[in-house]
Amino acid sequence: MPTENNKLTNKFLHLEDVYKSYDRVILDDIDLSVSKGEFCTVVGPSGCGKSTLLRLILGVETPDSGTLHLHGEEVGHPSPSRGIVFQRYSLFPHLTVLENIMLGRTLPTGLFERRRRKKEFIEEAKYYLERVRLDGQGDKYPHELSGGMQQRVAIAQSLVTSPDILLMDEPFGALDPDTREEMQLFLLELWDEQKMTVFFVTHDLEEAFFLGTRVLVLSQYYTDGRGDNHEKRGAKIVSDHPLHKTGISSTQIKSDPNFIKLTKQIRSEGFDPKIRQHVNEFNLKHPDSFQTLSKVEADR
Amino acid sequence: MRKHNQIWGIHAQPGKKANIILLLLPFILLVATYLAASHIRHQENPQDKLLPSATQIVKAIDRVALTEDRRTGKYLLWTDTLASLKRLAIGVTAAAIFGLLIGLNMGIYPGIRSLSFSFVTFFSMIPPLAVLPIIFISFGVDEFAKIMLIFIGIFPIISRDIFLTVRKLPQEQITKALTLGASSFAVTYRIILPQILPRLIDAIRLSLGAAWLFLIAAEAIAAMDGLGYRIFLVRRYLAMDVIIPYVLWVTLLGFLFDLILRTIINKRFAWYADRK
Repeated sequence: MPTENNKLTNKFLHLEDVYKSYDRVILDDIDLSVSKGEFCTVVGPSGCGKSTLLRLILGVETPDSGTLHLHGEEVGHPSPSRGIVFQRYSLFPHLTVLENIMLGRTLPTGLFERRRRKKEFIEEAKYYLERVRLDGQGDKYPHELSGGMQQRVAIAQSLVTSPDILLMDEPFGALDPDTREEMQLFLLELWDEQKMTVFFVTHDLEEAFFLGTRVLVLSQYYTDGRGDNHEKRGAKIVSDHPLHKTGISSTQIKSDPNFIKLTKQIRSEGFDPKIRQHVNEFNLKHPDSFQTLSKVEADR
Repeated sequence: MRKHNQIWGIHAQPGKKANIILLLLPFILLVATYLAASHIRHQENPQDKLLPSATQIVKAIDRVALTEDRRTGKYLLWTDTLASLKRLAIGVTAAAIFGLLIGLNMGIYPGIRSLSFSFVTFFSMIPPLAVLPIIFISFGVDEFAKIMLIFIGIFPIISRDIFLTVRKLPQEQITKALTLGASSFAVTYRIILPQILPRLIDAIRLSLGAAWLFLIAAEAIAAMDGLGYRIFLVRRYLAMDVIIPYVLWVTLLGFLFDLILRTIINKRFAWYADRK
């Protein structure tokens, strides 16, 4: 489907007309463009395909059709241009914390150069270890650390390669609430310092609002010109809000009136199977937002 | 304070002393039963060979382990042990190396998996002892055939075990390594390989029993020395006084190897031992 937005492929991260299905359609014509430096959070009802979207950008899945570009280049297999922090399994159990962080340097380097630059790599890893406030823990093995500490190491490990975009798939989902909040603050600080671009998938609305500069709602609860057979529809981005950093912590944010209003709005836009917006009415307020609909879809 | 029962029931908390007593009990019972049975038989017939007395066994040990053989001038037990261990070591090492490489690559590369998975599975179903004649016919009756039997016997077990271990590793790890700039080669040999080494040692531990079985079977049929050879040779004279110490010796060796391998895992791969 031709669009007038072709120059947008030069945008930082650009997805257009992306479809993905397994047994059923998961992602149904996703159009998404993300600017550099954005902290983009993705929420949606469970099973809507948030993780699938992230996996497409990561390169472990390929779309059935449509295009994905990063820096104007088509997204291929996983590579250092996209860093990833999973909820679990980001760290290698047989390596110490320091060795885990060093991997981004040691893995692409040959044996001799690795020997030669060992000291430099260790120094750099120690610097990152300090950055994630784990000084002195470098000689421990991942299983000796708490869940929050492990995720910090995983973040440090991803930062070493300076990826263009950091993908995070519910990275704090397995942490207890206190640690979780601490990690959110920490991540924001890091994002601010490093001017990173982050693509953050979560099922937690508070987390999404607290962290993001932009929140995307992915949902299969909508209607379009293809009739009433809802079951066969995959998820679309049904709303796209710019967020303003208020400096309110994620526990306080719950009682913030703006937050309550936005939560209510997003719940009805994306999370309630009984409320279905038409594709033409999606709330796509964010300036980077765009939509390329086929005629059938746009029909009422 | 409630006093816990030391031995009986689901809530038992055996103390240190109770633990040692319980541990030794079956051994003591076994030895005592044997000695009693032997004693009874010797009262009827002092020449009894089936259940030799402790003195007869000690004499036999002295003969095979501490005295030079009259015919060859060698200490039989040590020559036999050395010959057997050499075969066992070569066979097991070869099976471990090949099993590791095949299992690893089969687990990671889909192409290699398609190529070799069915074949290895098929191969592993061949009963090694059934092809023993084929091995002896095609490789002769020398050392190579015996090593080959051990190899054929345990290589499939190790490669399948490694394969399953690799498959069980979270896919996230491979993805993660790729995003850190690893090549396929680096993923295979620098990320996955070091992680499955302790599992390889476990796989060797589990297959050592089978390795001994194949070794002794091969030595029983065609050999000039070896522990299995000796056991089957003296069987002709009903020399239970030699067979029993030999069997105990083989058992002790097996136990020792297991202990050594387990220690290596605990010392060298603490992250693996602790995680379990």
